[in-house]
Amino acid sequence: MTGTISTDVLIVGAGPVGLFAVFELGLFDMKCHLIDILDKPGGQCAELYPEKPIYDIPGWPSISAQGLVDKLLEQIAPFKPDFTYNRMVSSLEKLEDGSFRVITDENEVFEAKVVVIAAGGGSFQPKRPPIPGIEPYEGKSVFYSVRRMEDFRGHDLVIVGGGDSALDWTLNLQPVVKSVTLVHRRPEFRAAPDSVNKMYAMQEMKQLEFRVGQVTGLTGADGQLSSATIKGGPDGDIEVPCTRMLPFFGLTMKLGPIAEWGLNLHENLIPVDTEKFQTSVPGIFAVGDINWYPGKLKLILSGFHEVALMAQAAKRVISPGERIVFQYTTSSTSLQKKLGVSG
Amino acid sequence: MTKLTFIAHDGTHFDMDAENGSTVMENAIRNAVPGIEAECGGACACATCHVYVDEAWTAEVGEPEAMEEDMLDFAYDVQPNSRLSCQIKVRDALDGLVVRVPERQG
Repeated sequence: MTGTISTDVLIVGAGPVGLFAVFELGLFDMKCHLIDILDKPGGQCAELYPEKPIYDIPGWPSISAQGLVDKLLEQIAPFKPDFTYNRMVSSLEKLEDGSFRVITDENEVFEAKVVVIAAGGGSFQPKRPPIPGIEPYEGKSVFYSVRRMEDFRGHDLVIVGGGDSALDWTLNLQPVVKSVTLVHRRPEFRAAPDSVNKMYAMQEMKQLEFRVGQVTGLTGADGQLSSATIKGGPDGDIEVPCTRMLPFFGLTMKLGPIAEWGLNLHENLIPVDTEKFQTSVPGIFAVGDINWYPGKLKLILSGFHEVALMAQAAKRVISPGERIVFQYTTSSTSLQKKLGVSG
Repeated sequence: MTKLTFIAHDGTHFDMDAENGSTVMENAIRNAVPGIEAECGGACACATCHVYVDEAWTAEVGEPEAMEEDMLDFAYDVQPNSRLSCQIKVRDALDGLVVRVPERQG
């Protein structure tokens, strides 16, 4: 475990609203650290639809989702935010002095005076494949990622999916496993053509087996798989030996551990007031798609408005008693100094 | 106006008038058809607006494009008549279209 990382504001989620929060908080001299489960900033904009145009960002008749993320990163650069990627925030506790201790799924510890939840639709997590009765095997013989290749040594491995993860792990794990069967519902793949060609070449040499179809059933006991049933191929239903399974069915969004932080929830959303965008716990704010209040619209535009007001309230938490002066970036020399521009 | 019918997984029929040029998914959301989630809002990025096109309509509706076919990999119980409803545009020739909602989305 590394040492505790301290910051003024910890932002959970680096989507467009989390990014713009850095700007509004930065104008009030608050230093921000962002944590995101993805390996890059931008949230849904970057992960789900980077190339799609957005038409309702004021001043931009049309901008691609990734384009917006890039512009936001440029806009917040003067405030030098820190980023931690590939991490999910697993726990949050309030300390005696009113600050917060946040721990990630890799046990990094953060301490912050204010926490801003900008987690959008929740964290991106691997989608559970449509295989009945898979739950008892998860984490025991069914895995959604490979942490250690050794865990697969000597096993009969079944990999399900047709993207890069499925193909890459088929090729990388083939030398360590006893057998590997790749299952995909059609002979076309989304993965890089080079990996697909390699896979077919290895199939020719009988180093692995590729089957067209869908996994419809699992056999095993006490969480340990023994075989999988594959349906849809030319041979009808077949059963293949399977003691480890890696399904790659993309990502879905789940609220995740935020549900256990003791905040009031409203249908998996976090209710806030519309003055401060504060949650039921003072010092924890929620902005963007994850919050709820009467009239809430899940628009990036609304999230931008929310962070501007939230920043005022956060400043009062961090610097109680200090007078907050309302200023315009157009005319304030002190704001322009912070932005690194001269008036 | 073009007539559309969604058959929910419990068998309930949802009949509606749809505007040409709108997507089949948008009409499901507007009419609160249960089982159509459309998590990504119609960007062909999530496979949660999956429907089965009634056999009588598969030829007229047509085949999914490559990007949609890729996304269908993530859907639940994909059949030859599976489509993502955000990728079907309503037009005159689809008047009377019937689609069924799968047991679950993903």
